[in-house]
Amino acid sequence: MLNLVLQRLGLGVLTLFAASILIFIGTEILPGDLASAILQNSATPESLAKLRLDLGLDRPAILRFFDWLFGVLHGDFGHSLANGRDVLTEIAPRFANTMFLAAYAAIVAVPLAIGLGLLAAIRQGGVFDRLVNVFTLMTISVPEYFLAYLLIKYVAVDLGWFPSLANVTPETSFIDRLYYAFLPMVTLVLVIVAHMMRMTRASVLSVMASPYIEMAILKGLRKSRIVVRHALPNALAPIISVVALNLAYLIVGVVIVETVFVYPGLGQLMVDEVSKHDVPVVQACGLIFAATFILLNMTADILAILSNPRLRQPR
Amino acid sequence: MSQQSPNVSGPKDNSVILDIRGMRVAVRTDAGDGPVLVDDVSLQLRRGEVIGLIGESGAGKSTIGLASMGYTRRDCYIVGGNIVFGDTDIRAISLDERRELRGPKIAYIAQSAAASFNPAHTLMDQVCEASVRHGVLSRAEARAEAISLFKQLDLPSPETIGSRYPHQVSGGQLQRVMAAMAMVAKPDILIFDEPTTALDVTTQVECLAAFRKLIRGHGTAALYITHDLAVVAQIADRIMVLRRGKMVEFGDSRQILQQPKEEYTRRLVTERVAGHNFVDVNVADQAPILAIDHVSANYPGKPKVIDDVSLEVRKGDTVAVVGESGSGKSTLARVVTGLLPRIAGDVRFNGASLPARLKDRTKDQLRRVQMIYQMPDVALNPQHTLLETIGRPVAFYFNRSREEVRARAAELLRQMDLPESFITRKTSELSGGQKQRVSIARALAAEPDLIICDEVTSALDQLVGEEILRLLKKLQEDLGVAYLFITHDLGTVKRIANKVAVMLKGKVVAGGDTATVFAPPYHPYTELLLSSVPEMRPDWLDEVLAARATGAATTSALLRAP
Repeated sequence: MLNLVLQRLGLGVLTLFAASILIFIGTEILPGDLASAILQNSATPESLAKLRLDLGLDRPAILRFFDWLFGVLHGDFGHSLANGRDVLTEIAPRFANTMFLAAYAAIVAVPLAIGLGLLAAIRQGGVFDRLVNVFTLMTISVPEYFLAYLLIKYVAVDLGWFPSLANVTPETSFIDRLYYAFLPMVTLVLVIVAHMMRMTRASVLSVMASPYIEMAILKGLRKSRIVVRHALPNALAPIISVVALNLAYLIVGVVIVETVFVYPGLGQLMVDEVSKHDVPVVQACGLIFAATFILLNMTADILAILSNPRLRQPR
Repeated sequence: MSQQSPNVSGPKDNSVILDIRGMRVAVRTDAGDGPVLVDDVSLQLRRGEVIGLIGESGAGKSTIGLASMGYTRRDCYIVGGNIVFGDTDIRAISLDERRELRGPKIAYIAQSAAASFNPAHTLMDQVCEASVRHGVLSRAEARAEAISLFKQLDLPSPETIGSRYPHQVSGGQLQRVMAAMAMVAKPDILIFDEPTTALDVTTQVECLAAFRKLIRGHGTAALYITHDLAVVAQIADRIMVLRRGKMVEFGDSRQILQQPKEEYTRRLVTERVAGHNFVDVNVADQAPILAIDHVSANYPGKPKVIDDVSLEVRKGDTVAVVGESGSGKSTLARVVTGLLPRIAGDVRFNGASLPARLKDRTKDQLRRVQMIYQMPDVALNPQHTLLETIGRPVAFYFNRSREEVRARAAELLRQMDLPESFITRKTSELSGGQKQRVSIARALAAEPDLIICDEVTSALDQLVGEEILRLLKKLQEDLGVAYLFITHDLGTVKRIANKVAVMLKGKVVAGGDTATVFAPPYHPYTELLLSSVPEMRPDWLDEVLAARATGAATTSALLRAP
């Protein structure tokens, strides 16, 4: 089993390396020229050529890639082209904000989704099951910006319960953060809950057809115990991977929600910097997103391995 | 079994514990009423009595067993009759009250313990669960009771086996753990649903003995469901024969076995007793088709599964390879077909060495060896019509036109005694026996020299399996095709094979003409296998156990031997 886990870890590192190549290529082929983007109107042919030389843009891409990778491995992501600040210090508070929002949404969404999924499975075919299915189908079908605007219109503007702008600053207290970020959190929860809930329900129900479930019924156990204790542990693997996928989405897919609520997160930063052509920041954002995604999926795989007694307990 | 007979027991123990009258179970779906699975079945089970329910698949025997617990499978409903446990009418009480009966009052032992244990929990957790949840015993009491039952059931290391997971225990042991699981809460009735069908013969003997000891020791009443008359003969006081949901005959075990009244019972009995005449085919002057020469094989990174095996098949031969699960008999088939490359030795076909790997073989080499599988349900594509299924090898190997393919497929169907009109049907619309006939037709379509039959009758009912064997025999006489017949069923071997190879732990321990191998002096393992096949006498199990107690070979001793 240790082998499987190590194998998975190795694969994760390899994937991250491949992702770094793609990110580098992606920023290389961004339309427009970096030097002219920086100099903008003051550009003359001479100053452009000089800046290109300063930035090392005359060197082959492959060398610049390894320079960049070498730096990253030493914690040096370079400097922002826009303001010359260290990329890491530029990104860190933004990343913390994104992580805060993602964690906030995850802590609400994951237990909610699994709980609803299990309840729906226990009451399969009942009114509750159908209601939950219809509701989650609705939230999954509506685009998230639309959900966000609906929430702003009704909850923020009409009812006035929560602010429509989640413009937190480093000075905002924890409680206030929870308050300001409430609507973005709800939007994200509505978007991801459906997927996880439906997978929990489907996965548990597919296990419910197994002979050991019939055995549990014939032992006279309660339906709730059968679902939670006998079906759920054997349905975990697909649930874990869907949860991981959705958590990864929380971090890398929040761009739209951050933009709608003007929440100062990483996604918003990346969108801004792409338009400014600030390559080092974009690369660092991309790499962080990729690493998060890979890390979460790797964790999910390893958890799935651990949840299988055949792998945990050899013969 | 006279000491268990209700007539001898005291009047207090003699009361009826389960009274089923006019039970009807039917399929009801949104689309309307489906077939009736159990039709007007009545029986009275007394305390301490064992009633055997016997019949082929579709006889409704499992449905009766489950309905006695007030349980029916998906879309099935108890639509008529009374099921009275003690003085409780199971049909009249609520679902929650039925739930209270299941486990502590009536317990169930399923066919496949491997599938019926939850892979995610330890055995002890599952064994104790019902009694603890129903509040019959505390966790500690249930544990102690379970360990005591493990001892009674002769399980190895009874103190610690409970901390294992289901996949860490062998099939026969798991089946006994399941019996312990049913007994912990001391139920009044046990429902055994084909509990030894999935086991090897030698393991079956051990489990049967353990079950009988348990039932007798605790005076528990039981319904024992099986398709094997000889098995039920060892354990039941009375036997009910069922067919298509209806009772055919119900009587004392000895009467059913020795003087069956009904024609159907008689057929079941004679089929089981028949087949002791050895096949006599002289093929000595024929050239060998297949020569397996000191072949060994393993799965990557694992020890050898077959070890230095040699075997010869001549034209018109039926060579049976017998052995228990894990003996390597199916692996031998995979090596011959090239699905698993051999690591040593040679396989020659018509005198020429066959490449070890499937992909290195020529189309003609592939054509000459065909295979028929155990499960026709899985081996046939359910979306294909019979024309596609049978026509494909005709078109693939012989490059025929569409009309010729169709004509050949129709001809093959006729040979299989299937109506030609079936040609446009999908394979999923056929019964198990018909599907197996289609598998045979598909193999024959390639006009092979050798057909490997891997347990081709073990998924079929007794009488259907018998018809398939007769068909194979007839085809051999007509076409001269040779069979390599892989099976665990010694009865089948005697009926169809003129030669046999007995495999144990990847080696052939005995081989030659069936009549010679199956006659004294036996190899000890052959003797063990032969003596483990249940016979149609109620005293058979006692005799076998007595003989083993006096020091005859046991599987465990043989398996331990180097």
